[in-house]
Amino acid sequence: MTRPGFAPWSEPNPRPLLRIEALSRRFAGFAAVDGLSLDIYEGEFFALLGPSGCGKTTLLRLIAGFERPSAGRILLDGVDLTGVPPHRRPVNMMFQSYALFPHLNVEANIAFGLEQEGLPKDEIARRVADMLALVKLDTFGARKPNELSGGQRQRVALARALVKRPRVLLLDEPMAALDKKLRGETQFELMELQRRLGLTFIIVTHDQSEAMTVADRIGVMDRGRLMQVAPPAEIYERPNSRWVADFIGEVNVFEGRLGDDGMTVDGTTAGRLRLAAKADAEPGRIVFVAVRPEKVRMSREPPLPGLDNSVAATVMDIGYLGEMSIYKLRIRDGVVKATVVNTGGGAQRPAGFGDEVWLSWPPDAAIVLTR
Amino acid sequence: MANLRNGSFLQKLVVRVPFIWLLAFFLLPFVIVLKISLSQTAIARPPYTPVLDLTAGWHGVTAFFAGLSFDNYALIGSDPLYVLSYLKSVEIAAFATLMLLVVGYPVAYAIARTSPRWQAVLVLLVILPFWTSLLIRVYAWMNILQRDGLLNDVLMALSLVKTPPAWLATDTAIYIGIVYSYLPFMVLPLYATLEKLDQSLLEAAADLGCPRWKAFWLVTLPLSSSGVIAGVLLCFIPIVGEFVIPDLLGGSRAPMIGQTIWVEFFGNQDWPAASAVAVVLVCLLVTPIVIYQHQAMRAAERD
Repeated sequence: MTRPGFAPWSEPNPRPLLRIEALSRRFAGFAAVDGLSLDIYEGEFFALLGPSGCGKTTLLRLIAGFERPSAGRILLDGVDLTGVPPHRRPVNMMFQSYALFPHLNVEANIAFGLEQEGLPKDEIARRVADMLALVKLDTFGARKPNELSGGQRQRVALARALVKRPRVLLLDEPMAALDKKLRGETQFELMELQRRLGLTFIIVTHDQSEAMTVADRIGVMDRGRLMQVAPPAEIYERPNSRWVADFIGEVNVFEGRLGDDGMTVDGTTAGRLRLAAKADAEPGRIVFVAVRPEKVRMSREPPLPGLDNSVAATVMDIGYLGEMSIYKLRIRDGVVKATVVNTGGGAQRPAGFGDEVWLSWPPDAAIVLTR
Repeated sequence: MANLRNGSFLQKLVVRVPFIWLLAFFLLPFVIVLKISLSQTAIARPPYTPVLDLTAGWHGVTAFFAGLSFDNYALIGSDPLYVLSYLKSVEIAAFATLMLLVVGYPVAYAIARTSPRWQAVLVLLVILPFWTSLLIRVYAWMNILQRDGLLNDVLMALSLVKTPPAWLATDTAIYIGIVYSYLPFMVLPLYATLEKLDQSLLEAAADLGCPRWKAFWLVTLPLSSSGVIAGVLLCFIPIVGEFVIPDLLGGSRAPMIGQTIWVEFFGNQDWPAASAVAVVLVCLLVTPIVIYQHQAMRAAERD
């Protein structure tokens, strides 16, 4: 979710809190992180999103110091962290497995990090109590981790990392072990906590809706590289490549040749497509037009003659999801997906199996991609 | 319903088999030894009295019980030979167990940290000595430790000693033999707990500001305590009663309790005294286990 007015990355002289410079981590035979550069700003909630094996967890572990970079460096407040061991880094991590110490109770788990700092006992006790209240576990201090539910354990892990007041909090798939409903609630709690404490969070997730919900910006990763870094809405509305468009949500892609005026794409499976604005590519080259399924309108009436962005189709399949339905439709040389919000009650469907319909979309729904 | 009852009968049987086993092969022999320890030595077959004679009826039973006495236990308390061999045994077992822990923990830790493929090979290497009889391995040590044996050859060749020292018939030889023979019993339980230790816990400790050496004390060691206790019990208890190793490597200057029992049984033909020494030994060894079990149960209830 984007906060209005919070966009330090677009300020004239952005000063990042965390700067990652040409960072690589190679394991035998492959690069888990491959020459990656990224700036993260104070107070930002940043999500690293990508399929499994894309290197997002390795990047997080590099920041925490559990992995050593093969090349490149990481700067925090302008200080190079490369040679700093994990126990001296002012960043903390919340582990996917939570990694709570099973032999210590909740209080001792949370106090563990403060004891390493050699703080006075009464300050530790006070900060642990504050943190227990913050995560709503006041009465659970004396319990052992194995006496807690999954959601409670998750909150202890969060409290244990937060109590250290880290410059950056790293969260590795923090909600992967929770059931769907709890996950949704926890996402909002996490956002609220981050805003309230004003901390910088970096979350790793493979769940795109989670990333879209919590993050100010998302970095989409694939094979050790960042494919796109942008606020959630921009990632969705203006993906910079077919890969990102396809990874975030559903998309229909039409391949064609950009017309001389830069406003039309010819020779696609849906015929000639019209764009709302001049495409940023030289005329005559092959481009891809991406259209989100919810932008596709379905109609039984043929369009007015001469109208672009419309194509005849046959309904192949309907997937009913409750709040909406996904239609798979056959066009002359391909398949198009369209989603329809189920506003009406009962079986009010715009079309049924095998029906002949017309598909169309407004020119501004089309995203032109060159790669 | 008949099936269900059958099933529960079978279940009961399965649960009881270990108890029946313990009853037949532990408790019953122990009762026999206990009875002999309360008897007096005699030149007869068996070499003690009284012997329960059921053909004499009730009179036989009362005569049998009248013949039992605690004289042998009084003897154990009064003769410093027994007390000294108990102390010697406990001393050797305690120090040897400590050495085993000091040697075994790093070995188990190292095995648990290697790749799974190497772990299998290394664990096999730890158990490999069992392929050869203990007796043969102890004889091999006699050979190595004798005055013109391998150990002195190496020490002389390295000019570490001028005259070859005597190793055999010393406590050092006993310690070498015991630590060598019992190492697998220390390494295996430690390896089993260390291998299960979640590596992310150590990362979490580091992440929270704890250096590696401190994480070992605060995380690894407490979480491997069950392995430490298992290894210590598995080594300490049999070492106290160890007979073969001290007998072959340690000479007879300060015998351990196993040798004392052997001498009483086979040397002096004094079965009752030997049995009394054995019963006291069992009691000495069972007590710490019972205390530990009690503590563990209380801790489990508290949690």
